[in-house]
Amino acid sequence: MSDHTDTGALRIAERSVAMAIDAGASEAEAVVVDSVEALTRFANNEIHQSVAESDVSVSLRFVDGRRVAVASGNRTDDRSLRELAARAGEMARLQPENEAFTSLPTPAPISRIDGAWAAATADADPESRANAAGAVIDAARGVGAQAFGLCSTASEEVAVASSLGVAAAEARSRSQVLSVMMDADGGTGYSERVAVDVADIDAAAVGAEAADRTARMRDPIELPAGDYPVVLEAFAVVDIADWIGYTGFSALAVEEERSFFEAGRRIGSDLVTLTDDAADPLGTPASFDYEGMPKRRVPLIENGICREVVHDAQTAARAGVTSTGHGLPAPNPWGPFPLHPSLAAGTTPDDELIAPIDRGLLVTHFHYTNVVHPKQVVITGMTRDGLFLIEDGQVVAPVRNLRFTQSYLEAIANVEAVGIERRAVEGFLGTAVVPAMRLSSFSFTGTTEH
Amino acid sequence: MRDIVRRALDTAAQQGAGYADARLVQRRERGASVKGGAVETLASSESEGIGIRVLVDGAWGFASSGDLSGPAVDAAAALAVRIARASARVGEGRVELAPRPVAQGRYETPVQLDPFDVPLERSVDLLTRAERAMAAVEGVATTTASYGALREWKSYASTDGSDIEQVITHVGGDLEVTAANADDLQRRTYPESSGGYAAAGYEHMESLGLVERAPIIAGEAVELLSAPVLPPGRRTIVLHPSQLYLQIHESCGHPTELDRVFGTEAAYAGTSFLTTDKLDAGFRYGSPLVDIVADATTPGGLGTFGWDDEGVEAQRVPLVSEGIFSGYLTSRDTASRIGRQSGGSVRAEGWNRLPLIRMTNINLLPKPGMTLDDIVADTEDGLWLESNRSWSIDDRRLNFQFATEVAREIKGGKLGQLYRNATYTGITPTFWGSCDAVADESTWTMVGVTNCGKGQPGQAMHVGHGCSGARFRDVEVGVGA
Repeated sequence: MSDHTDTGALRIAERSVAMAIDAGASEAEAVVVDSVEALTRFANNEIHQSVAESDVSVSLRFVDGRRVAVASGNRTDDRSLRELAARAGEMARLQPENEAFTSLPTPAPISRIDGAWAAATADADPESRANAAGAVIDAARGVGAQAFGLCSTASEEVAVASSLGVAAAEARSRSQVLSVMMDADGGTGYSERVAVDVADIDAAAVGAEAADRTARMRDPIELPAGDYPVVLEAFAVVDIADWIGYTGFSALAVEEERSFFEAGRRIGSDLVTLTDDAADPLGTPASFDYEGMPKRRVPLIENGICREVVHDAQTAARAGVTSTGHGLPAPNPWGPFPLHPSLAAGTTPDDELIAPIDRGLLVTHFHYTNVVHPKQVVITGMTRDGLFLIEDGQVVAPVRNLRFTQSYLEAIANVEAVGIERRAVEGFLGTAVVPAMRLSSFSFTGTTEH
Repeated sequence: MRDIVRRALDTAAQQGAGYADARLVQRRERGASVKGGAVETLASSESEGIGIRVLVDGAWGFASSGDLSGPAVDAAAALAVRIARASARVGEGRVELAPRPVAQGRYETPVQLDPFDVPLERSVDLLTRAERAMAAVEGVATTTASYGALREWKSYASTDGSDIEQVITHVGGDLEVTAANADDLQRRTYPESSGGYAAAGYEHMESLGLVERAPIIAGEAVELLSAPVLPPGRRTIVLHPSQLYLQIHESCGHPTELDRVFGTEAAYAGTSFLTTDKLDAGFRYGSPLVDIVADATTPGGLGTFGWDDEGVEAQRVPLVSEGIFSGYLTSRDTASRIGRQSGGSVRAEGWNRLPLIRMTNINLLPKPGMTLDDIVADTEDGLWLESNRSWSIDDRRLNFQFATEVAREIKGGKLGQLYRNATYTGITPTFWGSCDAVADESTWTMVGVTNCGKGQPGQAMHVGHGCSGARFRDVEVGVGA
């Protein structure tokens, strides 16, 4: 992709759709992603891996009556696109009619979103990523620690076209600088920044934040497992937003009885308002999904009350509503997901969140979390790269990591205060925008040796 | 295609690379799933491109391109060199490669029925029959039957003379059924939650017995919904291969990756407790019954190949011998740091990814003497745990917690009461130290894992685990119940 005004991806998508119609499709849809991505990793205060990739992917959804198949490839010449259409058509005709399928989605107006793409990110070179890594490493050296982490820049043009008139194209970019630091005394610290524009990321500040935590984490004490009041920093809160969204707020999860969701049900404290908002300027915006449907701002939880779920075109058709713009690339057996979780800020200054805690824990980050019980959203995982004991409203000591096994529904019901400052954090669903929070209780169930 | 690979190497050398290797990969996949009485997905994907890795001034650079035209390949090779030069400016470490013989030849996964020659209708028919058999059981919520086939054609060459062609074929099929009420969701899978894949042809799909097994797991899902929750306590547990494979994966496979030990994954999934001071030092990883190998030659394993993506020949490497930690998964640049040869463990997910140390087939060797049934019969009071449901392990691979789909009481050597929402937890060396029985080869199974995650950008690798079942004493179960 050469620049953000290039519509080459849309032209490829439209050619692909035309070839599918020529091959006998009753309807067709093509998704094209033209991407350039680069990522530089560092460890032990040096760059050890640095990579770059460029590719154009084409995914064609071929409809023959009520039969649907998907073929994808990364060749965009006419012959390859014709072969793609033939391959998809051949597969579609192999199957019996699917009575549940009605149609591909019809076009809907898309409001353009500013700030989804930045030239500085698209133009970033290996030397600038190396410089960012160097800035983080300098901060680690300043506290006698080793730095580990990454600097990434990615730019893509996403286009969706269909025989029903969908024609959407958008340039998007994303950059991240992330660091974990460690030292010989057991100190460890974490920090990251995510932004559309790499120029908005101060790598030295990422390094300084991780270095500060590392220095404060030296010689951690051991605490027994048990229930503790906690303050979760934004890097930990993102995990709660992601898992609650993933397990509960997909229309398909509700259809299949996998979700706790029930409109009007109270699941969180009054302080918890979670929205899926692809237009949040602090995040990594997008104006449409992989079916070319406009992304709607969807209130998931309002003041603790379940409100709505997200839909793709298929779940929307079955529910008799319009898609909320949360379709994933076809074939998609997983259904729609809230990919832009945005948790409302509170009124408590971040540095005052720990103040009311007599004895509790300040948690920087969670590690390797997974679902134990999907419907109660019971999650297990570890703390990592910053765990501190709070006594009488003050941080008094670093603590060795703990395992937790905790219902995240109970966790959001336990929210007592929400911080003022929100930050973009990369979660497993995408970029979330979340604040820090204080919870009255969190269940830690195991210890480890560091 | 070899001309393209050669061109990439020549350009890299002209640009100043001291060493370079290149992989041209063509990947082809097809898959189908049947859910709720209809075809849910029918898909085919094809992708090709080249990945070029270079060493300049002692630093690595990597660039890839999906465009295989001459100018695009030249540009990717030049970019790889530029990246390496930029990397060399930050840090003082210099990569040294352990020597390996020049590799030349061809490897192909043995298949009886080429999955890309078998009409897709045949798999859709099999999936439809299996899905109907699950759906016929009263009380189920969702029923899904899935099939997938993957073929990867790779041409690899390096500036030090290696030139290899490999054709790897993987095929898999699995079942998933859920049952739900207002408060709970229970799931059963078969053969494993990881997808039932093997390095084989379509014959593997038809050997799984999906239709025969379908009503059994559907009945179990419904039964689980009304079963009591596993109470907390310390118990003897017997792990079926459908859970034991992931215990091996998380607590032995990942911690023996030598790049992880050296910190190169620290900012992602963490490091390892198996530091190099423990190698050749008699460190006790498990009981004397525990023999674990990394074996890239195991028939049917997803980690089986002819050569790794550095041109090192497939081999069997001891990781744990009679309970003592004895070896690592290595690459050429990490093996040189401990004075060993590479064990041939380096692979990339595709043409667009940098090759990393990955598990091959990490196998717990069977022990003659007791079948898995014998072990149950020999257990007075314990739990039978089957089919992984979730997993989590800390950033040094010490504290783990797993959940299984099925738990059954063992009393007086017999299986009894069914429990739901079973979990167990432990610390890796303590847990493996409590292993007092490993089943013989009669239940030894190769389990395929298709979603082993590592690296940034992320790479999902296909790896294998052979195991037969084993017993562990005094394990904490029922966490948070």
